[in-house]
Amino acid sequence: MAELAEKTQISGQLPDAGGHFGVFGGRFVSETLMAALEELEAAWRHYVNDESFMAEFDADLAHFVGRPSPLYFARNLTEKAGGAKIVLKREDLNHTGAHKINNTVGQGLLAKAMGKKRLIAETGAGQHGVASATIAARLGLPCVVYMGSEDVKRQSVNVFRMKLLGAEVVSVDAGSKTLKDALNEAMRDWVTNVDDTFYILGTVAGPHPYPAMVRDFNAVVGREARVQMVDEYGRLPDALVACVGGGSNAIGLFHPFIDDRDVAIYGVEAAGRGLHGQEHAASLCAGRVGVLHGSRTYLLDDEAGQIIDTHSVSAGLDYPGVGPEHAWLKDSGRAEYVGIDDEEAMAAFHDLTRLEGIMPALESAHAIAYGMKLASQMDSDRIILVNLSGRGDKDINTVAELEGITL
Amino acid sequence: MNRIDVRFKQLREQGRKALIPYVTAGYPGPDSTVAVLHAAVESGADLIEVGMPFSDVMADGPVIQEACARSLEQGTGLEQVLAMVAEFRRGDADTPVILMGYANPIERRGVARFCEEAAAAGVDGLLIVDCPADEAEEMRSQLARHDLHQIFLVAPTTTDARLKRAAELAGGFLYYVSIKGVTGGANLDTASLAPAVERVRAAAGVPVAVGFGIRTPEHAAAAAESADAVIIGSALVERLGKADSAAAAVAAARDYLAPIRRAMDNTASPQSDVVTA
Repeated sequence: MAELAEKTQISGQLPDAGGHFGVFGGRFVSETLMAALEELEAAWRHYVNDESFMAEFDADLAHFVGRPSPLYFARNLTEKAGGAKIVLKREDLNHTGAHKINNTVGQGLLAKAMGKKRLIAETGAGQHGVASATIAARLGLPCVVYMGSEDVKRQSVNVFRMKLLGAEVVSVDAGSKTLKDALNEAMRDWVTNVDDTFYILGTVAGPHPYPAMVRDFNAVVGREARVQMVDEYGRLPDALVACVGGGSNAIGLFHPFIDDRDVAIYGVEAAGRGLHGQEHAASLCAGRVGVLHGSRTYLLDDEAGQIIDTHSVSAGLDYPGVGPEHAWLKDSGRAEYVGIDDEEAMAAFHDLTRLEGIMPALESAHAIAYGMKLASQMDSDRIILVNLSGRGDKDINTVAELEGITL
Repeated sequence: MNRIDVRFKQLREQGRKALIPYVTAGYPGPDSTVAVLHAAVESGADLIEVGMPFSDVMADGPVIQEACARSLEQGTGLEQVLAMVAEFRRGDADTPVILMGYANPIERRGVARFCEEAAAAGVDGLLIVDCPADEAEEMRSQLARHDLHQIFLVAPTTTDARLKRAAELAGGFLYYVSIKGVTGGANLDTASLAPAVERVRAAAGVPVAVGFGIRTPEHAAAAAESADAVIIGSALVERLGKADSAAAAVAAARDYLAPIRRAMDNTASPQSDVVTA
């Protein structure tokens, strides 16, 4: 059994040397960024094999982030769903309130090791921005966070948190004024200030090596969960459920289980106001393969190949692309991707809050909603492990507004 | 023979340097582009670069980003861009046209179909900003099929290994990005340009063009001293954006490009000896 828990070597060894997951991924960027990406890849490959670097990373995850995050059996939620046991991986208990900090600590330490003097990041819901500002504060580095002006409005609490942490928040007015536009702007900053600046990308999207690097820094979630499942339940879960915007919390949980063929994997996309129209952010459920933000992946575009505006009640899922490894997991059939709409997510938000005393992020509420749906279709001796990727404090303004309440 | 090669051969024989203006198709309005292209040629342009609007122009600065957004709002798709090139071609059989844009709209239309249509419209080369040589297999074979050149960017940060690869695959000319940054950046250092261009030229078997951040006649003249061609985009597009009619856009293009042409001709040394592909 100990062997089962410790088995974390993943077969397949993707991506390949060019950053490809099958036909997905790669490095579709302007030549102006190539050298920076090559430098980053070389540094990353070097330091992940450097014992003292990894020891510092592990120590930070333990003492700064507060890892390991517990598993929690959601008894009341399970009762309501009426079926399989729902177990939550409590990433919401991490320092700064979400899984995002795992990756930013890793990339922050890498920036320091590379001698970079300035950090930049993009953010949607603001969780990655806060996590980046947090590591910047601790490392004593200036930090600029790009955020769509639409998101600045709906995530004002996180904007203030970033400012308190000493970061400069740049509101991006271009395009749909959300995460994708913030990412464009961060890339522009990086290419202009490439000598001294480290770009902390917050998800498993973007050009190689980001999808692989961000995955590896987040895979601590799945590695811990394996060990905890075996320790506490004597076996692996029957299914994994996580929400997918860019896909970093999901891939962090999924990756160490990819070779466990008996563990079903479900990624939950934001179906917004329904998958039939255009007001959603479900690139895997309803998109096509194309090229966006440096990689080949599923995305949402119009007939002319222009990227379209997406919609989700949760800013963190409001993104028209998705990490290339998810595209590969979908096409290879290893994972299944489903949609949860705004209303279902809101209902799950309230259920978890009232039944368990845990207020989930609206992103994570999508995973909770699908976890409950799935549980109701499975026997009570089955176990579903849901990644509770973040806490909902940041969303109270959004929730209040949706329900017509003035705070 | 591809028009780009013909044109650089002529320029070399005449001892002139090429002026390559960039215009975002359909900006400021759909009726202005063809007229502006003709005006640019009359004002001394030797080749023309036409931008294909895209929603997420990651390598471009605010000016071209805004131009793309406004052009898209007015319905400029690849079909309209190609129609503009075809119309330009009816009045100008010789000036090479290079399309510059991003991969996704082309993939959505189909790479093979788009290359065929581009060649039929009178396009001579393609610069796909986010489709580097490493990822360009299908693109390359389709372009070759229609005698279209694939233009590659080379940056100040490009390693020797990547420069060598770009030089091997380059058709037409190599596009040297003169600054670290996005199009229209303000940090051009003309003093460092000559050695940088020399480095690219030593690897390239094709002419070397310089672009990104060239705004004034002085910049253009300085770049023309070492490079074979000077590309001007954002500064021109910015002026076109202030025009409220096609006629005003034409006048803006003339007013801006003519002094640049004069400055390049007054200072340029004869074009260096390069082997055209």
